[in-house]
Amino acid sequence: MSETIENAPPLEIHDLTVAYHKRPVLWGIDLEVPKGKLIGVIGPNGAGKSTLIKATMGLLPWSSGWVKIFGKPVKDNLSRIGYVPQRESVDWDFPVSVMDVVLMGRYGRLGLMKRPGREDREIARECLEKVQMLPYASRQISNLSGGQQQRVFLARALAQESDLYFMDEPFAGVDAATEAAIVTLLQELKEKGKTLIIVHHDLPTARNYFDMLLLLNMRVIAFGPTESVFKVDLLQNTYGGRLTILSEVAEEVRKKT
Amino acid sequence: MRRVLFILLLMACPALLHAQQVCGTESDRDQTMGGQFLRLFDLNDTGVSNMRRALLGSVFLGVSCGLLGSFIVVRRMALFGDTLSHAVLPGIMFGFLATGIVLVGAGGVISADDMVRSPMESFGAFWRNSGYSIEFRVEALTKNPVLIFIGATMAGLLGGAVVTFIRRATRLKEDVALGLVLAVFYAVGVVLLTRVQGLGSSKVTGLGGFMFGQAALLTDGDLKLMGAVTLFALATVAIYYKELLLTSFDNSYAEAAGFPVRAIHYSLMLLLAFSVVVALQAVGVVLVSAMLITPAAAAYMLTDRMHRMLWLSVAFGIFAGVSGAFMSFFFDAPTGPFMVLGATLVFVVAFLFGPRHGVVTRWLRLYSRTAQVQRENTLKAVYHVLEARDFEGEGVSLRELAERRSETEEDASRLSTELARHHLATLHEEGNQVHLTPEGWQRACEIVRNHRLWELYLTNEAQIAPDHVHDDAEKIEHVLGEEVVRALERTLDHARIDPHGRPIPGLADLQAGLAPEGGPEHILGFGKRL
Repeated sequence: MSETIENAPPLEIHDLTVAYHKRPVLWGIDLEVPKGKLIGVIGPNGAGKSTLIKATMGLLPWSSGWVKIFGKPVKDNLSRIGYVPQRESVDWDFPVSVMDVVLMGRYGRLGLMKRPGREDREIARECLEKVQMLPYASRQISNLSGGQQQRVFLARALAQESDLYFMDEPFAGVDAATEAAIVTLLQELKEKGKTLIIVHHDLPTARNYFDMLLLLNMRVIAFGPTESVFKVDLLQNTYGGRLTILSEVAEEVRKKT
Repeated sequence: MRRVLFILLLMACPALLHAQQVCGTESDRDQTMGGQFLRLFDLNDTGVSNMRRALLGSVFLGVSCGLLGSFIVVRRMALFGDTLSHAVLPGIMFGFLATGIVLVGAGGVISADDMVRSPMESFGAFWRNSGYSIEFRVEALTKNPVLIFIGATMAGLLGGAVVTFIRRATRLKEDVALGLVLAVFYAVGVVLLTRVQGLGSSKVTGLGGFMFGQAALLTDGDLKLMGAVTLFALATVAIYYKELLLTSFDNSYAEAAGFPVRAIHYSLMLLLAFSVVVALQAVGVVLVSAMLITPAAAAYMLTDRMHRMLWLSVAFGIFAGVSGAFMSFFFDAPTGPFMVLGATLVFVVAFLFGPRHGVVTRWLRLYSRTAQVQRENTLKAVYHVLEARDFEGEGVSLRELAERRSETEEDASRLSTELARHHLATLHEEGNQVHLTPEGWQRACEIVRNHRLWELYLTNEAQIAPDHVHDDAEKIEHVLGEEVVRALERTLDHARIDPHGRPIPGLADLQAGLAPEGGPEHILGFGKRL
């Protein structure tokens, strides 16, 4: 039994439906993600890309379905997930230093009540080094550029030392140097056998950055190796005509329940 | 940080001295503020025991409000604190009215107050006798801290729950829900207060203190409760600091990391309700939220780290509480307003003189920056004059300088005096000749170099027309650091001629003025041919 759990896929989603105010935004998602891949989640605005990763981690309630992380229900295996939220999701005037933020990556492992120790600080320093932000360790976070803020978030996720990473638009609004640094880092993580699921908004770069693509528009349009999924007809299906009847029915559901 | 505390101390001194002069001769007893203050430490002096209680209570209040207020401020829940504090008023009234409910029977009268104060005896009496009936007696009404605490906390939590309910069940946003709840709970509280005052109970006078605070009315029971809650708040923040910090900064990340974010949030709310309730007797319903927000806001102005903000906020809370209680005794007036004034004083000082974000500090920084830019522009003008005559001769006359800058000679005289004051130049022939010192020469070269390098960079690398680059370079020349200059020089292949055909000073020119011996006053300046 334990062996089957060891060989279990990093992420398995079955018939996941998520609704905002009773209006479904994701319908019957089925997904089985293999280990050690760099996966891009692509889709138009409002396709539910962020919703998918938030719901997967249990940050949003599900209407139906289940999610398993390495063969266990997601609630029992959160410690194996690293998360990089959207940069805009926090107040960058908050009175903490860069080091404080990266140390937060260790909190999940520490559990309740325990304080981060010398070893945690050492790991946090290494993670900052990896994103070339160590010189900024004692800076207050509001004194950083957008790209630097993104690197801090990445360092925090690295400090989690997880096996499966979710990143929400890590390339949004960053400078070219940061973008290159992030790409290198993602490749390194993949080579260490980590699985990375990344919400991405830029089609041209998506083709080069990722091993696999998940085309999403309220439902899974296609999921597979980049070369077999990055096809005109599939992309048109994703970005082109929304399924008007699906949207209308979703609206009806909202009104009548 | 230390500077601000020092300024506060300085401001407190004249107030004390003044008070001494005004009141010094009033009676044989030492009525001065200082004298009254010293009496506090004379434990035999029973006349001030309630003041001693008031001050101790204010310290507790300062600590708990300062601690929780910091989290309220960074979590952007200031309005929630305000609503919560107003919502507890009806709870206080019910807590007071509950003491009027008594059990009457063969064994005598058992009041709610007795039940709380000595539960075992009351229960024993109740058990031994039978045939009790429940009655409401006005004469049994009394201020029982525990019952008031329970009533007020329940009302506060009910207020919070109603806010959440309104937000979930309607399209109304949180601020509207908060406003609605604040108003209606406070209204009910005031109606109850007037009705209770109409009952004619002798204990009712103590209730007025809940509106604006009356630290003098603090009883030993109140103090015990305040101490317990403060200790509880301190312990909670100490133990769960990490969790509180994480959920305040990035709640969804905390949830993704598996922390019970909802439980943490509601525990903080409960703790907030506790501290608001125990603070009420001292600071009052109307102003307690200011004691939560103001010390924390002042601390937020002074530091960029959460743990320092907590310490500062606690210190400011204690200062505000103690000074407020003391002033309220001195002027025989409600405590709350004085505490809020004390806290606001700290805030204003932090707002004006904070080392990084203070308004006056920033203004001074800007002022000194402007003065420096002006000096640098004068140096540049001197350089231009020298350059125009091919660096023949050392001195530049005021007239040449004035002509160069299109100003009057008086202006030029003022500017050159300013240079001399900063040892960038020496003045000769009754101030009519300006000679640059080595430092002045070096800085002049640097500014001209920065200006011309930047112009060249803009024309060569950014493809901007040569007649468009001057204004930009005028600003940039003052802010370029040595590191950027090196990078610019490398990028431009150490070019020596700017887009307008003039030479760019190099490192050798900068150092040409560094004469080996003597201070600035021994050097008469120099003409240097490039």
